[in-house]
Amino acid sequence: MTSNEAAPAIAPCAMDFTKRTEYHEGLEAIRAAHRLLKEVRFNPSLPEKGYNNRTLYVNLGTREVLEKPVTQQMKDLFIGGRGFGLWQLWNAVTPETRWNDPENEIIIAPGPVAGITQYPGSGKSLVVSISPQTDIPIDSNVGGYFGPLLKFSGFDALELQGKSDRDVILFIDGQKGIIRVEEAPLEPVDSHVLAEILTRMYAEDEADRSNISVVCTGAAAEHSLIGMLNFTWWDKRRGCIRLKQAGRGGIGTVFRDKKIRALVCRGPVVKADMNHPVDFETLAKTGIKLHKELRTLDDSQCKMRRNGTAHIVEIMDAYDLLPTHNFQYGSHPDTHRIASNVWEARCSQMTSDGCWYGCSMGCAKGADGLVLKTGPYKGHMVTVDGPEYENAAGLGSNAGVFDPDYLLELNFYCDTYGICTITYGTLAAFTMECYQRGILNKERTGGLELTWGNAEADLEMMHQMARGEGFGLIAGQGVHKMKAIFAANGWGDAQLLQDIGMENKGLEYSQYLSKESLAQQGGYALTNKGPQHDEAWVIFMDMVNKQLPTFEDKAEALYYFPLFRTWFGLLGFCKLPWNDVAPADNASTSEPAKIPEHVQNYLDLFTATTGMKIDRETMLLQSARVYNFQRIFNIRMGKGLRANDIPPYRSCGPVTREEYESRAERYDKQMLEEIGVDPAGKGLDEKIAITREYRMARYGKLCDAVYKRRGWTADGVPTMARLAELGLDVLPELVEIVQAHGG
Amino acid sequence: MIQVNGDPLQWTPGMTVRGVLQAKNYKFKMLIVSIDDRQVAGEAYDTTPVPDGAVVQVIHLISGG
Repeated sequence: MTSNEAAPAIAPCAMDFTKRTEYHEGLEAIRAAHRLLKEVRFNPSLPEKGYNNRTLYVNLGTREVLEKPVTQQMKDLFIGGRGFGLWQLWNAVTPETRWNDPENEIIIAPGPVAGITQYPGSGKSLVVSISPQTDIPIDSNVGGYFGPLLKFSGFDALELQGKSDRDVILFIDGQKGIIRVEEAPLEPVDSHVLAEILTRMYAEDEADRSNISVVCTGAAAEHSLIGMLNFTWWDKRRGCIRLKQAGRGGIGTVFRDKKIRALVCRGPVVKADMNHPVDFETLAKTGIKLHKELRTLDDSQCKMRRNGTAHIVEIMDAYDLLPTHNFQYGSHPDTHRIASNVWEARCSQMTSDGCWYGCSMGCAKGADGLVLKTGPYKGHMVTVDGPEYENAAGLGSNAGVFDPDYLLELNFYCDTYGICTITYGTLAAFTMECYQRGILNKERTGGLELTWGNAEADLEMMHQMARGEGFGLIAGQGVHKMKAIFAANGWGDAQLLQDIGMENKGLEYSQYLSKESLAQQGGYALTNKGPQHDEAWVIFMDMVNKQLPTFEDKAEALYYFPLFRTWFGLLGFCKLPWNDVAPADNASTSEPAKIPEHVQNYLDLFTATTGMKIDRETMLLQSARVYNFQRIFNIRMGKGLRANDIPPYRSCGPVTREEYESRAERYDKQMLEEIGVDPAGKGLDEKIAITREYRMARYGKLCDAVYKRRGWTADGVPTMARLAELGLDVLPELVEIVQAHGG
Repeated sequence: MIQVNGDPLQWTPGMTVRGVLQAKNYKFKMLIVSIDDRQVAGEAYDTTPVPDGAVVQVIHLISGG
């Protein structure tokens, strides 16, 4: 194979995608054990111009159920989705609130455009809570039907507060106008079983299953801080539920701490115009345009329809960006074993894989017919959702696992146990490097041989996490807390643990190697919630294209992209149709990296739905309000300052001798040409130290430039002038925090 | 010698755009290639020669991420 050819096709697995282990035998007994704790009636309604103008509040502790109005100010300042979630969370908590306090909330909010069926990727919800991992707000975007069905039942957001004293299911029936809190004592715990049962339990007949969406988590969320939430959609052709994840930050852990077993929404039958947009024709026309692009261009571009995001596995490897062995390296000779052609063959094709109606990108691939080798479901045949790129990289190369079946099994158990694949991948890789360096050993792990690529030990650690026992309990605390535990035990050098533990603000890094892209180092650590790539992915622009040569250029990218991408989370859009397919004439535009035609599509969709005419500047202004609000929220919770934006050194440069030596030519060249120091005659440790000093100083300068561009002080606090510019100075509580921190 | 995204690359007689992409191991498909500020269409990568001394820009669009 020549270097610029695509990976060769592999014969597809001949798999009957309707076959899998069934789980709904005990349904009637489970239903019979339910006890009604609260029932409230409401008037179902459909949105007008994208808004219902009310949200639903449920207190799990007091069983209070309330409708809350959406004010004009709330819409003007926060738009919807993540903006609504953050605003409601702000009003619910105090600076002292921690994740497991009753006042902490979980808010699920689709945005005003969410639920349109004309444009691909328009069914997203944003989930917000105080994170058990970071102690600041986390926001996590997720597909699946729950958010849109909630909206078409009559609510722009669902706000969950309080803690139940027993396991409950919250059922919202948007067809009949009933909200019920039910005690649920016999429910299975893990998502792939629970969601199948609840979908059948709450649907009135087979056709009604499409109107049901379940939110749930799994056993590991109860014993770790890294729990996630699964949002389901009914896959009619496969005849099973599919899972999409609100993964980051441990919201599933909060969910179980509140003793919520599941949320179930039964919405009305979905039709094309349920948002009651002001201009349906523009929605339809804009959607048709993108459907056509996908049909004609996707096969020659990213092949999202066949591979989903896993199409970039081998690409990241080719550019030395695929995290390998805990982000030590960026490529591996065995990557071909987990490359996109493997997943293309392994996932059933030509079936429906859109996680909301009308998504012709359909990237939620499904690997059918996996027979599990380990754990409580050993021998069961299951459908695995994925793997997405993050899972292939995080659970695969980063841990040295290159066996596709084991990788799928890790992916499956993360999903059903309710833990974040990205977080688990990074924390598992960290434990393996600790094992490699003798910081951990068989005695300290209780017998787990956490060597690179030992998938069985990796899986056993996960099973322990789900059972709440052994070393799995420690691993489930996440990298940030593991570093402290290991150091306190005298296991390893504290500085080394800090350098190789890939977390910032308490959240684990997602799966890209940022060492050779200064802009991406900021793209990760200069984020609000922690190092997740959904704010800014600028590695190609910076490292490969060399389009961002100055600090100011990098700062401009770290101004624009986080704001642009925040906007998706306000409205209910998926990021992927923005730039994983590009119009045929995109190359001839003035700023091809921004995909200008697609940006215009989003402006048109917003206006056509809400009736509010906006331009690109207004789009960024809408995002900037929420983005800066979230920064101030972080400050209110005791973080959000410059000290919290410092990355682990592994994300900026080579920590160890092996890392330096593996790319010695690159680092020596940089030393000579950029640092101005001749590496000749210098010892390895001296060269590592010189490189580190240079790179961290450079990162400091990047912070200065980014803060300045964002209108923040040198300590990272939004200034009063920036607040006034954004119109946020009408909120006195924000002004007070900013002024108290010199803003 | 030619320049590719600011870095020097050894030029060889008969070098095409495809040859440059292969030499740089640029596997990503969503590219915009220009030679001395003239854009080259994707279907012409195999046949478009790159002259010695050329300044080649290969813009990778953002994907994934």
